[in-house]
Amino acid sequence: MIEAKKVYKSFNDRLVLNELSLSIQKGETLVIIGRSGCGKSVFLKHVIGIIKPDQGEILIDGINVSKLSSRDINRFRMRFGMVFQGSALFDSLAVGENVGFGLIEHTKLSRKAIAARVEESLELVGLKGIQDLKPSELSGGMKKRVAIARAICIKPEILLYDEPTTGLDPIMADAINDLIIEMHDKLKITSLVVTHDMTSAYKIGSRIAMMYQGQIVQAGAPDEIRNTQNPVVRQFITGSARGPITDIAFKSLKDVERG
Amino acid sequence: MKEAIQNLGKKTVGVVNYAGGAAILFVKTIFWIPVPPFFARQTVQQMVKAGVNSLPIASLTSFFIGVVMAFQSAYQMHKVGAEIYIPSLVSISMTREIAPILTALVVAGRVGASIAAELGSMKVTEQIDALEALATNPVKYLVVPRFLALFIMLPVLTVYADVIGIFGGYLVSVYKLGLTHSIYIKMSFDPLVQKDIFTGLFKTLIFACIISTISCFEGMKVEGGAEGVGAATTRAVVVSFILVIAADALCTMVFYFIT
Repeated sequence: MIEAKKVYKSFNDRLVLNELSLSIQKGETLVIIGRSGCGKSVFLKHVIGIIKPDQGEILIDGINVSKLSSRDINRFRMRFGMVFQGSALFDSLAVGENVGFGLIEHTKLSRKAIAARVEESLELVGLKGIQDLKPSELSGGMKKRVAIARAICIKPEILLYDEPTTGLDPIMADAINDLIIEMHDKLKITSLVVTHDMTSAYKIGSRIAMMYQGQIVQAGAPDEIRNTQNPVVRQFITGSARGPITDIAFKSLKDVERG
Repeated sequence: MKEAIQNLGKKTVGVVNYAGGAAILFVKTIFWIPVPPFFARQTVQQMVKAGVNSLPIASLTSFFIGVVMAFQSAYQMHKVGAEIYIPSLVSISMTREIAPILTALVVAGRVGASIAAELGSMKVTEQIDALEALATNPVKYLVVPRFLALFIMLPVLTVYADVIGIFGGYLVSVYKLGLTHSIYIKMSFDPLVQKDIFTGLFKTLIFACIISTISCFEGMKVEGGAEGVGAATTRAVVVSFILVIAADALCTMVFYFIT
């Protein structure tokens, strides 16, 4: 179980996470939605310990991530797989080396066993036989799928996805959604997905949480979110240009102009 | 006036932060060198990039400087009939000063810029975060191999530059100034003592620490996309140049007083 308790984080005096509290149950797929730059990816990096909170704590099965030593945090991170927004494949390595990176560096498995796991992971994402290609030779959709293969290759307990469908055409985005559902059903892992793509959120999420101004303003099943009366969530899910989110942004801009 | 003092204060804090950040990275690098796993393949790759691939440019520059030194000293020596000392002047200047500093500047420009740009690109495309997510320490995986590669290859390149520079002086002295082959060899190597070679090579180790630390530090703190990568690359070269020359002056003073 993942639990965030009153997490605060600022960058250069800008408050990004403001007393954020959220819990994710084992085996569920929680989708965090919210506007670009609202702190969704920052929260994801807190969960895996890449960023430490200024205040508050992130507990994974009761373990406080920010209190782990550098040696323990590496062992702890082997429980996670993370898919980055821009895929973040290592461009100096071939696809096979990228996918097997975690196993090559952190296990004593034989080369043959690693090659078999790499092939199995690539097959799961429908990209069998591309181990020798370089990331620069792949399309955006293929990169995303290789990134998913890299994340699942170490057989993680928790998968974190940062904007998995951003920048993809609708067909490829839907294929990635199906893949995320398939990963969840086949591997029975807990998934935390950050996105602002509502089609994707409704399709893959067992629960959806809306982040706004560094806090979770509502969390619930997809149907609850779809029928919400919360004006902030309502504006976001309908994609309306007018509403409380933009009114506040517009007011702040006017205040700045007035000095 | 108040604004000027504020600006000066901000600049001072900036410089102290920068120096502190670079010093912390240097200490972390030294800490991680003896800790397994050892990324031997990455270190050898970096040695090829930093050392072997820098041979042509290091050779050309030291060769031409050797030629120029022979001609320039001949211009003065001729007036007092002391052309016979040209080989000694070339060999001692080359080993004590010219080859170490010239090679360091060439490597700072060629390799330092490449390190800053490569790590900077990895930072903006989240590859460094991906390394952390895959339980791999970025300092251990990225900085240590580059540091070791420069620490080993810069002295090797400098010895090579010593030889090529002396050879440049040889061509001018024998084929243009009328010295014989045996006189040139005798007058080059007889006055050359171990101390000359040692002081030159000792400096290169300090230069290697400066170039690798500054370049990696600049690369790993890049923000803001392609523009940030460009700015970091420029800063890496400029700061390395200044620090290498300052360290050279300091070393020369120290060696002057202690030897």
